[in-house]
Amino acid sequence: MLARVAAVEIEHLRVVRGGKVVLPDLSVRVERGTVTGLLAPSGSGKTTLMRSIVGVQRVAGGRVVVLGLGAGAPPLRRRVGYVTQAPSVYGDLTVRENLAYFARVLDVPPAHVDRALEIVDLAPLARRIVRTLSGGELSRTSLATALLGEPELLVLDEPTVGLDPLLRRDLWETFRRLAAGGTTLLVSSHVMDEADRCDRLLLLREGALLADETPASLRRRTRRETLDDAFLALVETA
Amino acid sequence: MSVRITLATAARVLRQLRRDPRTLALVFLVPPVLITLFRYVFDSQPQTFDRVGGPMVGIFPFSTMFVVTSIAMLRERTTGTLERLMSLPLAKLDILLGYGIAFACVAATQASITSGVAFGLLGLDVQGPVWLVVLLAIANAILGMSLGLFFSAFARTEFQAVQFMPAVVFPQLLLCGLLQPRSHMAHALEVISYALPLTWAYDALAHAVSGRTGAVVVRDAAIVVGVAATALALGALTLRRRTG
Repeated sequence: MLARVAAVEIEHLRVVRGGKVVLPDLSVRVERGTVTGLLAPSGSGKTTLMRSIVGVQRVAGGRVVVLGLGAGAPPLRRRVGYVTQAPSVYGDLTVRENLAYFARVLDVPPAHVDRALEIVDLAPLARRIVRTLSGGELSRTSLATALLGEPELLVLDEPTVGLDPLLRRDLWETFRRLAAGGTTLLVSSHVMDEADRCDRLLLLREGALLADETPASLRRRTRRETLDDAFLALVETA
Repeated sequence: MSVRITLATAARVLRQLRRDPRTLALVFLVPPVLITLFRYVFDSQPQTFDRVGGPMVGIFPFSTMFVVTSIAMLRERTTGTLERLMSLPLAKLDILLGYGIAFACVAATQASITSGVAFGLLGLDVQGPVWLVVLLAIANAILGMSLGLFFSAFARTEFQAVQFMPAVVFPQLLLCGLLQPRSHMAHALEVISYALPLTWAYDALAHAVSGRTGAVVVRDAAIVVGVAATALALGALTLRRRTG
């Protein structure tokens, strides 16, 4: 059998930010073509872990291998898409101008702009100045930007914050569709009904992994009906 | 480094500026208004206006671009767009040169408008060629941009960035020789003035307007461009792929 390179392989990752140890010693593996949910109370090192995978976080030790290369290696800049929690787009440009600029940077054909707009359902708002968009529209613009280069790995930090339930559902259908097409997604969230849509869950608390399993096995192990209760049970016994 | 990304970045920066007509109006209208004020403040001493007015045309873009760049770059840092760019396949130089090209265009427009008003309407009289004044104005704009880019790394908020203007630009304006020949200053200040880039920018302009366009202007301009390049290189060091 052909051994597949994992999407993300982390061994003994240690990150210190401002004198505080955020991730003391973290090891985890994310398989390709899966949707992995990263759940954690705020301040647990969720964003730090994501930044380490994207290669924008200075790390104190350990190994982070992404798609077979060291995190942050120049070839990965085309193959990994990252959406920060705060939408990082230009407020004074239109939606389309934002996407067109990043498309030029990535050197992808202009058709990708339309496709990305379709995926996040922003085509009707393409000519709007980003600053005038609602919170949800803003984060979808940021997400569309990350989809432009058809990355193999998408790292999304709280992509559904501020979205109404309908849009959240649509977005998660998009994530599932992307995963079916072979894209690996690592999505952080604090909404438990979203966790149920993941293939695998990572539960992070104070920089340590409390769980790395499927939603079903998490329920079984904690003997709880809902993931909400399972999560609380784990956090409280830890 | 990529010409495609550099030009795309320059176009993007210009488009952002165009979306902010109030800033553009300030950039293009304040210098001609100030130079007009200057002209009538020295109404009874036209020779003072002739001596100082020419270099002023070339120095406005320096202070304008310093402020505009430091705030634009601070926004890139605080809104996360810089972090996004740094995670994409582009070179730091693409961003820096993109900004450089965009602001050089703005500076050229600003200097043309200001010199149009000064030379055309206010009767500013200089011995040297006007095109040289405009060219030096563009060089000064790039100097202002590079310094603004560098200093933006030390500001956390736009309030702080704005305060770098009096901290970085004003002392240079005082010491460059525009208000008082440097040889008339306290000796210590004269010595310090040699280390400040605006001194050389002013020197080049003063020579240009007095009609001496030879090697000395080339030397001064070379120093200005050299400092700009150094500040740009230092600015590149402040654009980090990885941050704590």
